[in-house]
Amino acid sequence: MAEVLRLEGVSKSYGAVIVADAQSWSLEAGEALGVIGPNGAGKTSMFNLVTGTVVPNAGRIWFDGQDVTGWPAARRCRAGIARSFQVPQPFGGMTVFENALVAATQGAGENGAQAEATCLDVLERTGLLPKANVLAKGLTLLERKRLELARALCARPKVLLLDEIAGGLTEAECHALVASIQDVRKTGVSIVWIEHVVHALLAVVDRLIVIDFGRKIAEGEPHAIMESREVKEIYLGIEADA
Amino acid sequence: MQVTRSSPASRAAAVIGLLIVIGLVAAPWWAGRADLRLMGEIFLYVSLATLWNLLAGYAGLVSVGQQAYVGFGGYAFFALTMLAGIPILLALPLAAVAGALVAIPVATLIFRLRGAYFAIGTWVVAEVFRLIAAQTPALGGGSGASLSADIVKTLADSRDLREAIAFWLALGVMILTVGAAFLILRSRRGLALTAIRDNELAARSLGIDIWRTKFFVYVVTAGMTSLVGGLIFLQKLRISPDAAFSANDWTAFVIFIVVIGGIGTLEGPILGTLIFFALRETMAELGTIYLIALGVVAIAVMLKAPTGLWGLIRARTGAELFPLSRRVTGLAPMSRK
Ligand SMILES: Nc1ncnc2c1ncn2[C@@H]1O[C@H](COP(=O)(O)OP(=O)(O)O)[C@@H](O)[C@H]1O
Ligand SMILES: [Mg+2]
Repeated sequence: MAEVLRLEGVSKSYGAVIVADAQSWSLEAGEALGVIGPNGAGKTSMFNLVTGTVVPNAGRIWFDGQDVTGWPAARRCRAGIARSFQVPQPFGGMTVFENALVAATQGAGENGAQAEATCLDVLERTGLLPKANVLAKGLTLLERKRLELARALCARPKVLLLDEIAGGLTEAECHALVASIQDVRKTGVSIVWIEHVVHALLAVVDRLIVIDFGRKIAEGEPHAIMESREVKEIYLGIEADA
Repeated sequence: MQVTRSSPASRAAAVIGLLIVIGLVAAPWWAGRADLRLMGEIFLYVSLATLWNLLAGYAGLVSVGQQAYVGFGGYAFFALTMLAGIPILLALPLAAVAGALVAIPVATLIFRLRGAYFAIGTWVVAEVFRLIAAQTPALGGGSGASLSADIVKTLADSRDLREAIAFWLALGVMILTVGAAFLILRSRRGLALTAIRDNELAARSLGIDIWRTKFFVYVVTAGMTSLVGGLIFLQKLRISPDAAFSANDWTAFVIFIVVIGGIGTLEGPILGTLIFFALRETMAELGTIYLIALGVVAIAVMLKAPTGLWGLIRARTGAELFPLSRRVTGLAPMSRK
């Protein structure tokens, strides 16, 4: 399998706070990679570095065979990296449909009827179609999170980065979410998924990495990783503050 | 399922708007000279407000220095007609092109500044323009210049016809400005611009080149503001650095208009201009009290209706006169909210 994404010694700190500490890992085409770690470990920051909204202090990021370290966020999205934000960032004054259309026209570069069809299809699959004409600022938190997923999908990514999208869902909704992410995988999209809802994560991912204090402290087969000492130590922490 | 953009309200607005425009084109036959002048001034303020709204309300470029381009346009127009002997009707669009060209290096410079520093930067640019105008003897230096009678008469021999032409030009520029803003906002770039208005982080993460989009808006609005500036000083027939680069006349009043009308909407600046002129015409004799009243109105609107009067109307009625938003029709009835 070909590699679509690779981080080489990526570091970033805000003053004394180190959010990425010489991180190196890679993602194969079509693979689903899970990311776990306690709150504040630097998981979201790692997405910021991969998408280009934050510039690293050191290290290189490769996407699809190209060094994208110096690329601005917009260019990386157009090249095929899309994310959902853990804290939703909707275009509040635009409708749900228009939010999706921004991603389809600007991120995926589609136009006219093709972009509209993409959006209607994705909204249908993410269960947002009934809300298509609602202004995004009128959505509930769960709907906003779903809009994050929908928008990222409308950008037609090669690599989809998902940041804690399963929290707060009912059992049935979680099931539906897992199914729809598996469907996305079937279309050949590679996925990196940060998630605290472990059973949902394990239902999808092939491999797991564990991040703590910005460092990758473990990597491997998901169930083995979950049983490892490092994770058990950390997970006591997560359960304590979750 | 289908995606549509027009609504009964926008179709009605289009018909009424067309009738109003026809009525206005005929105004020289039914309105007096003073009324024509007032209407011409209103049209030019609608244009300035629409352009500032595009900048600040959509692109997030809060400029307090748009007088730079009003003044530049005015001076460019005077220079082209008086010094280069170019006919009036050609000098106006050339002034617009010159304004857009000047905006390119200015934008490259001030786009390095963020937030409040950007605002201050725009004001500094306007001051620099004013100083340059005051140091240009060929255009009268600090005391300014008048458009000679010979040049004015090339527009038309009779004064009534000249007044009518100036009125039509103002009307035409307003239609051009509002129409251009509408077409930009309806386009793919307008979708990007609206996204930037709402959330820059999400916009760039979804593939929107924010710098390029803002640069485009800045340069286009600079060119069109210069066109309005040229027309303003064609009507005044006299230009001076203080009048041309007045922060009060060309920026403060314009910001007031956009804020009370509704920032980030196309309808807001039009509504705001009508309110501004209604206040001015009824209270201008009161002198300074009028300015205080404007301030009170602005503060009241900002506190009670931060989205402006049009924002209030839109929230209540969902009305949209310019069909910009897209609606998905044919959703299953059960799922319709
Ligand atoms: N822009 C920033 N400035 C300063 N500190 C930041 C910034 N962004 C994140 N941090 C800090 O970096 C740490 C990692 O945050 P984050 O990546 O959001 O963690 P996670 O997603 O794993 O919970 C936190 O301590 C957070 O407060
Ligand atoms: Mg996080």
